[in-house]
Parts: sequence; C-alpha cells; structure tokens
Amino acid sequence: MLRVQALSKRYATGDQALGGVTLTIPAGQVVGLIGPSGAGKSTLIRCVNRLVEPSGGSIYLNDIDLTRLNHSQLRQARRRMAMIFQEFALVERLTVMENVLSGQLGYVSFWRSLLRQFPAAAVAKAFATLDRVGLADHIDKRADTLSGGQRQRVGIARALLQNPDLLLVDEPTASLDPKTSRQIMRLLTDVCAEQQLAAIINIHDVALARMFVQRIVGLRKGLVVFDGPPESLDATALTMIYGAEDWTGTIQETECQPDPYVQLDPMTQSPLVPA
Amino acid sequence: MLHHPKQIQAVSQYPTRWKKPPFIRRAWLRYGMYLFISGYLVLGFTSVEINWTRVAEGIPRGWIFISAFFTPDFLSRSSDIWQGIKESLTMTLTSTIAGIALSIPIGVGAARNLAPAPIYLACRSIIAITRSFQEIIIAILFVAMVGFGPLAGFLTLTLATIGFLAKLLAEDIEDIDESQTEAIRSTGASWLQLINYAVQPQVMPRLIGLSMYRLDINFRESAVIGIVGAGGIGATLNTAIDRYEFDSAAAILLIIIAIVFISEYSSGFIRNRVQ
Amino acid sequence: MPVQHIGTKKVWQRRTHGDRFRIWALQLVLVVLFLLAWRLMNENTMWIFVQDAPRQAVDIGGRMLPPRWSYMERLWIPLWDTLNIATLGTLLALLPAVPIAFLAARNTTPSVRFIRPVALLVIVGSRSINSLIWALLLVAILGPGLLAGIIAIAFRSIGFIGKLLYEAIEEIDISQVEAITATGASPAQVLEFAIVPQVLPAFAGITVFRWDINIRESTVIGLVGAGGIGLELSHSLNTLAWPQVSLIFLVILGTVVISEWVSARARHAMI
Repeated sequence: MLRVQALSKRYATGDQALGGVTLTIPAGQVVGLIGPSGAGKSTLIRCVNRLVEPSGGSIYLNDIDLTRLNHSQLRQARRRMAMIFQEFALVERLTVMENVLSGQLGYVSFWRSLLRQFPAAAVAKAFATLDRVGLADHIDKRADTLSGGQRQRVGIARALLQNPDLLLVDEPTASLDPKTSRQIMRLLTDVCAEQQLAAIINIHDVALARMFVQRIVGLRKGLVVFDGPPESLDATALTMIYGAEDWTGTIQETECQPDPYVQLDPMTQSPLVPA
Repeated sequence: MLHHPKQIQAVSQYPTRWKKPPFIRRAWLRYGMYLFISGYLVLGFTSVEINWTRVAEGIPRGWIFISAFFTPDFLSRSSDIWQGIKESLTMTLTSTIAGIALSIPIGVGAARNLAPAPIYLACRSIIAITRSFQEIIIAILFVAMVGFGPLAGFLTLTLATIGFLAKLLAEDIEDIDESQTEAIRSTGASWLQLINYAVQPQVMPRLIGLSMYRLDINFRESAVIGIVGAGGIGATLNTAIDRYEFDSAAAILLIIIAIVFISEYSSGFIRNRVQ
Repeated sequence: MPVQHIGTKKVWQRRTHGDRFRIWALQLVLVVLFLLAWRLMNENTMWIFVQDAPRQAVDIGGRMLPPRWSYMERLWIPLWDTLNIATLGTLLALLPAVPIAFLAARNTTPSVRFIRPVALLVIVGSRSINSLIWALLLVAILGPGLLAGIIAIAFRSIGFIGKLLYEAIEEIDISQVEAITATGASPAQVLEFAIVPQVLPAFAGITVFRWDINIRESTVIGLVGAGGIGLELSHSLNTLAWPQVSLIFLVILGTVVISEWVSARARHAMI
C-alpha cells in the first residue's frame, strides 16, 4: 500500500511542480493519473522512487517512509516499485533478455551481474515473463531491433522481474499507435490483476484511461483536483482538470466505442479480470 | 532473495540458464580471432627488449624532470626561448592564413558536385599527396631544399593545412543541401554566382570553425618540426633536453601547454559565436 | 537592416555599412598581420638558399631515384617494431585513459569540483604535447629504444582517447540510466548496465581511430631515437643515403595506407 502525504516539490529553477499532494493507493489498485502537461504527473511518480528528490512531505510504501531512507535502504526499497517509461528506456545495445534480467539488479551482486550469472530462479522467471508478454521468440535480439510495442513489452517484463508491489508507469502509450496503445494498456492492467499489483499510470489519453483503470486522479498545477471512479469523470470534472473545452467527444468516445477485446464490468466500466 | 509470494505460475517449466549470444557468431572466426590476438600479444611483448639497468638509471632522472615542473627555469635560456616562440607563432599564423587561402580553391575544385572531372582529379591528387606524409617528413624535405629556419616550417605547415582543410571543405561542399543549389541554378546563375549564393552560405560557418581548429594544430606542430631544423620552439626544446637541462625544458613545455590551452579556449569561443 | 532609405528610395543591400566595414577591416587586419609575421619570421632567412631551392629539389629528387630496393631486407624488423610501438602504446594508453574519462565526464565523476578539473588537466597536458616531444623526453630519461617509443605513444594517446571518450559519456541517453537506477541497482551496476553499453561502440571507434594515428606517429618517433622505422630514416638521412630515404618513404606510405584500410574495416565491423 502506498500513502503519499502532503508531498511537495520545488525545482531549483523555482518551479513549484507539486504543492502538497495527499493520496492513498491500496494494494492491487490501478490508478490513472491525468492532467495537463506540466501538472506534475511525472514529478509525482519520480518522487515516489526518488529519481526526483521531494522537497517536503512523506511517502510510505508498506509503512516505510521512503523520503527518510539512506542510499542503500533506498536501493532496497526501489526493488519493490518498478518503473515503466514513455520512451521505453531500454538499454538499446543489450539483448532483450539482458534488459529483462536488469530488473533483478537490486537482488544480485555486482560481479554476478557483470558476468551475467543471474540466479536460476531469476532466469526461469525471465523466460516465463517474456512468454507472458508475448516475446518468447525475441529473447536474443538486441533491444534496438524491436518495434515500439515490443519494446514496451520488454519494459513491462523488466518491471515484473523486480517482484514489485507497485508499478510506476510514466506515459506508457505516448510513443505508440492507438491499437498498440490499447494492447499495452490491456497487458499492464492484466498483469496487475494477475499479480495483485498496485499501479500509478500517468496518461494523457483520457479515453484510454477511462477504458482501463479502476480509479482516476486528476492533477492540476501540482494539486489533486479530482479523485474518483472513471464513470464520475464528466465534463465538469474534465474542465476542472484541464480547463474549459467541449468535452462531449472525449466522454462519448469511451462510452460508444468500448475496446472490443475487453469485457467491461457493466457496473464499474472497468475491464473484467480473467478468472 | 527471490522468495516472494507473487510469482508467475509454473516458472519451473522454463530453462534456468541463459547465455548471451557471442559477439562474433561464427565459432571458427571467434576462436581464430582469440588465437590471433593472443599470439600477437605474446610476440609483441617478447620483442620489446628492455634494458632494465638503463631504466633503473632513468627513474631518478624522471623524478628530476617531474620536479623540474615545479621549478621551471624561464631565464637562463630566455633569449632562445623567446626566439623559438616568436618563430613558432609567426610560422603558425602565416601558414594558417596561406593554407586557408590555398585550400578554398583546391577544396572547391575537389568537390564532385561542382568541379568538372579533370579539375576534380587534379585537386583530389593534390590533397592525397599532401595528406600522405607526416608533417615531420615534409619538414625534412623542405629543410633540405630551403635550408634551416622557419621558412621551411612555414612551407610544411601550409602544405599540411591544405591537406586538412581542402579535404574537409570538399566533403562539406559535397554534403550541401542540393535543393538550394538547384534553386539558384534554376534562376540562370553563373558558376561563380552559384558558389556565392548557394554554396558559400552553407559551408562558411564550418570553414571558419575548421580554420580555427587548424590554427591550434599548426601551433602544436610548429613545436615539433623544429626538431628537424624547420624553426620554432622545437629546436630550443630539443637542445634543452639533449643537454639534460630539465628545468628549461619544463619551462618550454609549460609555455607550449599554456599557449595550446589559450588558443583552444579562444578558438572554441569563436567557433561557438560563428555557429 | 538590409533595406535602407536613401532620400525617398529604398535600397537593398546584403549587409549594412557597419557590417561591411567590419568584414573589410577584418580582412585588412589579417593581411597586415600576415605581412608583419612574415617579416618577423624571415629575419634570418638566407634568400640565396631559397633561390636555390628548385635546383636543390631536382638534385635531391635525382639522388633519391631509384630507391635502393635491396635495403628492404633491413627494414622488416624496424617495421615490426613500428607496429608494436603503435599497438602496444595504444593498449597501454587505455589503462589510464578509460578511468580518467569516467572521472572527467560530468555525469559520472565522483566530484565535479575537485576530481573533474584534475582529470581534465591530465587530458589537456597529455594532448598539448606531441608524441615526438614525449619521445624526446622519454629517450632522455629511459634511454633510446622501443620502450621509450611505446610510452611516448601511450602518453599522447591518453589525452586523445580520454577527451573523446568523456565527451561520448556525457552524450549518453539519461533515460536508460534512470531506468536502471529505478530497479534498485547499485552505482556500479548502473555503470555496467546503463552507461558502458552505450559508450562501448564509441570506445571501440575511438581506440581504432587512435591506433591508426599512432601507426603514422610511430613511423617518425624513431627520428629522436625511440625505435621503429624512423630510426633507420634518421641513419639514412645522417649519412645522406637518399636512395634509402626514398625507400623508407615508400614503406611508410604503404604502412599508412594499409593501417587506414584496416582501421576503416575494423570500425565498420564493430558499429
């Protein structure tokens, strides 16, 4: 479980990116974080794993205050929260398998990782995960030979190898075409359901967010201005988050064109978890 | 370490070992390369005959030299040093200017997209000849022809500048944006107008940058060709080292480093302003 | 403003008067500087010798031809030495150059304020001094021979490789580093998984490039006694054995052409 309390961040340039965000995410919940560019979405998730140092407030993951950890404690804590990136951030010149195994780096010693001698269980899990994300045929390929959708699948597999409790997902579909975007979102939400993972997904595409997540948090100028289930995200709420605009198209899009591959729960409009 | 409750099921059916595919895939080529490299290294190292007694004698002398850097002697050979620096600087300046002036026509002539075939071939062979020998070898020949002194150095460095600048200029011109040349050509412009309107604006900033860079190189080279009698600070340095006057040698080296540093810094400044 | 009003007419000019004046003044300054430097430089030039230059050139050319081909059998060993000086010198330079590059790169140095300037100073010092000067010094210190040559080549290469490598390190993609950091990897693991794979191609390219340059340089450092084919060149020049000199020139030319071809092939295969 993730608890963010009065989290604030002011950059050295003077920009106030977060102005006191309080948020609780129970285990296994998938949250979509929406908001205009510069609202602080990316800063928020980067503060959680402290790629960006927060200026104030506290963040608890399983009752450990992440903001108070020293370097080695932070490394241990980072293993439990895996990050997935917009531009995939794979190590391009390494093979798919090495990229996936790099999710285990927090668990193995420097020499083992240098000699690529990962524990047998980790290797088996990497094979299994690659199979799960549909890349069993690409294991020895170099990451830079893959397509965008395939690279994001490697990114997801790398995240899963960390054995995380929480996924921090930064614009996972911003570099992908609409069809691949849906496939990636479906894969993400499916693995979260399968493994009871919580996730924060930063996302620009409101329609896509409504389609896949259980809860939406709207951020504007570093503050939470909306927090609720996707179906309560109406034109008023969108105006609150993004400012005035004609939102009918955005709302209709999700209602009229449900993703054909996902069975939506008729009550909550969230995707049904395969049994 | 891996005992975490959440894991993908049935991991046990997957392999537990993975080996990175080798960089050279063909086995015979890979082992052939290993054999070749280790064989060369053994032969190479064994053919270096080291006279250890001479080396042992040298170590204290090396210390004297290093400590001389903290007590450099600028005075006892000050007139020689001053004369050498004067020759080096004047040689650098004149040869760079003359080299640029000659490089421009030769470079234009050596650009495939501008010059007719006979001129192209002639200019390319000039470049090839000037590039094929070390400055020091060209200097030996010029000293034999015009006698000792900076004039031989001037001729050497001018020739070297042509080999460097004309080649890069020609390559730059060959890389220019064809659409701009076509646009100017289609107005019915003459060849000279074409150069002036379509080519010059595109290559000028880089030409200035390269000229500044060459000024740097020419100074560094001017410190060397004095060793074979072509004027400049190199001759003074050679004498100082031959007589084991390490504090004078250290002084000269410090002056060279300082001038290189200043010229590199200021040429970087000018390059940034031009581009 | 390229358009100016003269009376009631608009006149277009490529540059304003001020700009044109500045360009013209710059050209004038260059010409004056050239002439001044030329006079200063040639204070002691013996123009009688210079007038004689074309005749000298023809004379030397005549003496050089034909090259003394039989001399070749005495050049094989110096040639092998030259190859060793360049190759072993390059390898020796890698040992300090790689760590120095990581200490000098802004994004990998442990301390921007203290360690980085020291690493940059080593790089500048090594780069400012030509291998021939390094050879001159090392021959004085260690005595003539291959060892002085190898170390001279290595000293000059440290700065070259260090500079290009640290620039490559500073240009890496940060997001890959972030991604590996976010897995909980230690700094050493971030280095080996996120940074090294990104700079490895640049590293290989730089090393081969420097090896090619070192082949050229090691052909001449023998002139100051540091071994290799330059030593034979020095002997032949001192005894005015021009047919041998011309053969050595041909051998050097051939070596340079071959090394250029090898390095081009090697770079092509690695990238």
